[in-house]
Amino acid sequence: MTDLTRLSACQLSETLASGEASSVEATRAHLDRIAAVDGDVHAFLHVSADDALATAADVDARRANGEVLHPLAGVPIAVKDVVVTKGMPSTAGSKILEGWIPPYDATLVERLRAAGLPILGKTNMDEFAMGSSTEHSAYGNSHNPWDLERIPGGSGGGSAAAVAAFEAPLAIGTDTGGSIRQPGAVTGTVGVKPTYGGVSRYGLIALASSLDQAGPVTRTVLDSALLHELIGGHDPRDSTSIPEPLPPLVEAARQGALGDLSGLRVGVVTQLQGEGYQPGVLARFHESLELLTKAGAEVVEVSCPHFEYALAAYYLILPAEASSNLAKFDGMRFGLRVEPEDGPVTAERVMAATRGAGFGDEVKRRIILGTYALSAGYYDAYYGSAQKVRTLIQRDFADAFAQADVLVSPTAPTTAFKLGEKLDDPLAMYLNDVATIPANLAGVPGISVPSGLSDDGLPAGFQILAPAKADDRLYRVGAALEAALESTWGGPLLDRAPTLG
Amino acid sequence: MSTISRDEVARVAALARIDLRPEEVDRLAGELDVIVESIARVSEVATPDVPATSHPLPMTNVFREDVPVPALPVADVLASAPDAQDGRFAVPQILGEE
Repeated sequence: MTDLTRLSACQLSETLASGEASSVEATRAHLDRIAAVDGDVHAFLHVSADDALATAADVDARRANGEVLHPLAGVPIAVKDVVVTKGMPSTAGSKILEGWIPPYDATLVERLRAAGLPILGKTNMDEFAMGSSTEHSAYGNSHNPWDLERIPGGSGGGSAAAVAAFEAPLAIGTDTGGSIRQPGAVTGTVGVKPTYGGVSRYGLIALASSLDQAGPVTRTVLDSALLHELIGGHDPRDSTSIPEPLPPLVEAARQGALGDLSGLRVGVVTQLQGEGYQPGVLARFHESLELLTKAGAEVVEVSCPHFEYALAAYYLILPAEASSNLAKFDGMRFGLRVEPEDGPVTAERVMAATRGAGFGDEVKRRIILGTYALSAGYYDAYYGSAQKVRTLIQRDFADAFAQADVLVSPTAPTTAFKLGEKLDDPLAMYLNDVATIPANLAGVPGISVPSGLSDDGLPAGFQILAPAKADDRLYRVGAALEAALESTWGGPLLDRAPTLG
Repeated sequence: MSTISRDEVARVAALARIDLRPEEVDRLAGELDVIVESIARVSEVATPDVPATSHPLPMTNVFREDVPVPALPVADVLASAPDAQDGRFAVPQILGEE
């Protein structure tokens, strides 16, 4: 019998629909895989076997009754721990939320449940999504399935590692500065950051509200489109949610896979290549560009001169918004409560003791940075100036999209680095996100598609960016590239990943 | 040499309601320089004629229908509270001694 964990979500969906396998069997197969390999990978913080099997059994029963089901019904999924799930732990990788059981579901989780996707569990991440390696998780880092000594990317390294290790065909990630796309690049998986407001943020534990966006983490472009269409669309409970229907994403992916890109203009961003980019990563990038040209696309070079200020602006905006969002973790209503060691037990002193004990180093660092940047007298000079850079970056994108339908770059400048290598150098860690951050600042959508293995044998990613609300272009171009690459490789990149367990 | 002093870090930590150990204050005093470098960098282009963007997609006055919906059950909300009493969150003393 087929190994159900090796199928894409789309293939598994067809297998379930044809009756070749049941959702209970598919869910069990993934739970068994988690039991076999997650000791090495550590992608999961919590495995919800009973919940997942109950959903699977329900879907099987409904299918047997002839009910019309969502295409992804019965296909299991993993959810990043920053997304709240009713009755299931949701720690965001922090000790301050250890043991907290949310009383409600995020909107996107409601949609997963309504469509009948068994939730396998919650995936590891840098604490409150602050990091690019999962090394800032309070529960220990995850490991890259390609090389267990290396980072799986971050913050959503758990979701990417779970999908790359065949522990789940689908996962949910969140992307504030690259936390879906960079883990996708370094694990050889597909990750999509939708247009800002394209997927409801209701029930996401907020990091930086003007940048955060949830999206799909999968092994194929088509699977991302299927998941994106399920979780996307307007939600009245998120006032930043786009009140218009999504463009047809699955259709765009299916059309792109046919391989004809004639008439498409692809803009190579001058500022997102060259110095600091690993030669093997650039080589794979240029090979992918050639394949797009062969498919009929025209490649042009575009300049985005203000992208070089993106990292500095991000470094001001993210901590400022995070310091405000994380004020709610005060030990009063939920989560950890710690009393001061001595002196009076007042609410204010309990808050400070709780936050001192419950937050990790990186979270404290960013809250202090943000509080400083927002404190009296500094607001205009700091947060205000960074917001002006956002305008300049948006203008760069507008100019570039006047010349090209999509923009492209390597997703991350390097392949996965060794665990611990950059832990003491926050600036080096941030440089990972240099190519992904501009999209968050401007609110435009982006995808990372595996582009091959670099000279060190580790995966590299190809990033495609599209104008706001034109997410369909990501899928058209992404699917065309994926099809062309897989025909040169003779199969998916992940077939070449080492065997685990 | 850091441009942000230990005292400044301690002051900001108090504003942020985070108890820091002395060694954490030392370390952060050095690391906060990065924000000064970032501001120097963005100031190169953040000139007065450039408007600020607070939100990637401009939206104003987002309304929804004013329809009553049931609130979360109080028992569910309090189930994960550190302390609760009589259907409410129980918190430590919030006012100083009279």
